[in-house]
Amino acid sequence: MAIPIAYNFRNLVVRKTTTIMTALGISLTVAVLLAVLALVHGLAASLRSTGDPLNVLVLRKGSNSELVSNFTRQGFQVLKDKPGIARDASGQPMASLEMVTVINLVSVDAPDGTNVTVRGLTPIGIEMRKSLKLVAGRWFNPGHREVVVGESIAKRFPEAQLGKQLHFGTGDWDVVGVMSAGQSATNSEIYADLNQLSSDQNRSEVLSSALVHATDPVAADALVKDISNDQQMNMDGELEQDYYAKQTQSGQFLQILGTFVAIVMAVGSSFAAMNTMYAAVARRSREIGTLRVLGFSRASILLSFFSESLLLAILGGLIGCLLVLPLNGVTTGVGNFQTFAETDFNLTVTPAIMLTGVIFAVLMGAVGGLFPAWNASRKEVLTALRQV
Amino acid sequence: MGRHLPLIFKNSWRNRRRTVLTTLSIGVSLCLLGLMMAIYHAFYFSQPSAEQELRLVTRNKVSLARPLPQYYGERIKAIPGVREVEIEQWFGGKYIDDRPEHMFARMGIEPDKFFTIYSDAKIPQDQKKAFQQERSACVAGKELAAKLHWNLGDRITIKGDIFPVNLELTLRGIFEADDAFMNRSLFFNREYLVQSLPESRRGEVGTFVTLAATPDDVPRIETAVDDQFRNSPAQTKTETQSAFGLSFLAFLGNIKMILLSVCAALTFTILLVSANTIAMSVRERGREVGVLKTLGYTSGTILWIIVGEAVMISLLGAVLGLGLAALLTNAVRSMPTFNAQLETLTIAPSVAVMCLLVAALIGAASAFVPAFNASRVSIVEALRSED
Repeated sequence: MAIPIAYNFRNLVVRKTTTIMTALGISLTVAVLLAVLALVHGLAASLRSTGDPLNVLVLRKGSNSELVSNFTRQGFQVLKDKPGIARDASGQPMASLEMVTVINLVSVDAPDGTNVTVRGLTPIGIEMRKSLKLVAGRWFNPGHREVVVGESIAKRFPEAQLGKQLHFGTGDWDVVGVMSAGQSATNSEIYADLNQLSSDQNRSEVLSSALVHATDPVAADALVKDISNDQQMNMDGELEQDYYAKQTQSGQFLQILGTFVAIVMAVGSSFAAMNTMYAAVARRSREIGTLRVLGFSRASILLSFFSESLLLAILGGLIGCLLVLPLNGVTTGVGNFQTFAETDFNLTVTPAIMLTGVIFAVLMGAVGGLFPAWNASRKEVLTALRQV
Repeated sequence: MGRHLPLIFKNSWRNRRRTVLTTLSIGVSLCLLGLMMAIYHAFYFSQPSAEQELRLVTRNKVSLARPLPQYYGERIKAIPGVREVEIEQWFGGKYIDDRPEHMFARMGIEPDKFFTIYSDAKIPQDQKKAFQQERSACVAGKELAAKLHWNLGDRITIKGDIFPVNLELTLRGIFEADDAFMNRSLFFNREYLVQSLPESRRGEVGTFVTLAATPDDVPRIETAVDDQFRNSPAQTKTETQSAFGLSFLAFLGNIKMILLSVCAALTFTILLVSANTIAMSVRERGREVGVLKTLGYTSGTILWIIVGEAVMISLLGAVLGLGLAALLTNAVRSMPTFNAQLETLTIAPSVAVMCLLVAALIGAASAFVPAFNASRVSIVEALRSED
C-alpha cells in the first residue's frame, strides 16, 4: 500500500525554510535553461516564419547570403522569363530584383550602433511578400528617398521612428511607414526604393539577389533546379524558407553557452536537493520506523521519499517558470554572421518550454531524491525506532 | 581565535555526507562562476600587448561590409604621430569546404608594410622576402599551418564569395605572432586580388590599420582620423584593435548582460545552498551549543565557530570549483573558436582571488543568521532542545 501523498506535502510545509531554499535553488537553474530556450525558440520562430513556400531566392553561385551576392540587371531579364513563375493581375511575372546592404544604427542596447539590413526593392517585391502589412504611415514612393521600417526596428532604434530621418549613404531618408510581417525576420529590415538605394550606393547595375514567386510547389522545386543548372546565369536558386531556416545558427553561441550553464547548475542543484532529502530522512528516522511497524513496505517508503523529492523539484520548476514569464515578449536581437546584420525577435516562453523546465526540474529531483529514498527504505525497523 | 579551528574542522566532518554534498554543490556553482568571470575578464579586461595598443583600425562608419576609398590611406599617413598605414581586406571565401577547421580568416594585406605594423610577428628573413616578391604568395600563422599540415610551397586555393575571384596562392612563409588570432589566419598580397577585380572596384578598401609612434599618440590619432573624413561621402570609425575585436562580440547578442545575470543567478544559488546546509547543521546542534555555553564559551565564540565552518566549506568548494574551471578553460582554449579573446581564456589570478572572496563572503553571509540565533539562545533552552 502506498503512503498518502498528503504526508509528503505536510512534511514539505513543516520544514518550510529548507523547502523554500532548495526549491529556489532549483528554480534558478530552471530559469536559466528556460531563458535560453525562450531565446532560441523566439529566434527560430522568427526565421522560420520568414519566407513564402512558393518564393525562390536567387543568389550568385557560392554566396551563402544576400549581402555577398551579386545579380546584374541583365541576368534578371533572363530570369524573368523562366517557366513556372507566377504572374500578377496585370500579367507581369512575379519576380523582384533586390538589393541588400547593411547600415549602422544606434539601438537601445548598443550605443555604438549595430548593423541593420536595408533592402531596396520595387512594388512587385512588396506584393510578393503576402504576410507583409503596413502598421503605420504609408509605403515609400518610387523615386523618393523614403524608407519603411520593420516593427522591431521601430521599437529598438530611436532614430528609426515614423516621421524621423535616417542618415545613411549620401544623405537623409524619411521614415514614412512601419511594416509588420508577423514574427518574421522582415521586422528587422528597412525597405527602400530599389533605384534610389542602388544609385545611392553606386551600384545601379550590380544588385544583390532576386526573388521569384512560383505558380505551385512543384514549379517552385523545378525553378530551383532550373536556375541552379543554368550555366549562363551562374546563379543558385533556393527556397526562401530554406534560406532563412539556415540562419538559425546565429543563436548557436548563446544556445551552447546557456545550455552548458544550465546543465552544470543542474548538477549543483541535484547535490543540494540530495542534501535536503538526506536531512529529511535523518530527521524522520523514527517516523520511518513507525510507518514500517504499521505495515508499509520498504517499497512504499522508497516511493514516498522519492515522490517528496519530486514534489520539491516540481515546486522549484514552477517557481522557475514564474521567474522567466516576464521575459515573454521582450524584444532582443542577435547579430547574424550570414547577413552581417542584426535579427530582432521576441523571446517566447511557450507552454511547451515551461513543460520542458518542469521536466528538467523533475530530473534534478529524481537524481537528488533516489539515494536518500533508497537509504530510508533500507532502515531496519528497530534501529530506526531507537534512533533519536 | 585560531585555537577553535580544530573544533570547526571536526564539526564540518561530523556529517561527512552533507559536507561532501555541500562542497560539491558549491564547487560546481563556483566553477561556473569562475568560468563566467574568466570569460567576462577575457572580453572586457584583457590587457592588450604593447604592440596591440599602438594599432588602430579604421573602417566605414556605416558598416564593416562597406568599403572605404583607397586614397584615405595617404590622408591618414599625413596625420602627425602615424608611423605607418596598411590596407587590410577581409576576403571571406571558401577553402575546400565549410568544415570548421577550414574556416579561418584570410586577409589581403600589403606585404611591404605588414611586418612593420605587426612587429611582433616573427618570420625568417628569406621567407619574408619570398612573400614580398611574389604576387600570388601568402603567409600563414604558425598554428594554422600546423593544423592543416601546410608546408612552404604548398598551393592553396580559396574560392571567393564576396569577391568574384578565386585565389590561387602559394605558401611562402610561416610566422609566429603574439596574438592567437594572427597565428590562426592567412595573409596574402592584396594586389593580387585588386588585379583580378573589375576597374570600378579596384579603389575599394576594407579597413586601414594604423601604427602609432607612441601610445600617447593613439587617442589623438583616433579622433583626428574620424574628424578628417567627417564631411566625406564615406565616414570612418577608428578604434584601437582591441576595441575593434570587441565590436564583433556585440554581434553575438547582449553578452555583457547575459554573463552578469548568469553570475548573479549563480551567486544567489550558492548563497541558498550554503545557507540551507548551515541552517540544517545548526538546528541539529541545539544541545551542543548549550553544552559549549555551560563550559564558558561566549556567544561571540560560538558565532565565530559556526560562521567559520560555513566559510571553510564554501572556500573548499571554491578551490574545487576553480580547479574544475581551470580544466574547462584549457578545454575551451583547444577548441576552434571564432573569438581571439576566447582563445586565451584562463583563470587569471585576479579572477581566482575574486572567486575565493565571493565564496568566503557568501559563506559568512549565509551562516550569519542561523549562527546569530544559535549564539543568542539561553543555556537552559539550548540544553532542553530535542535534537
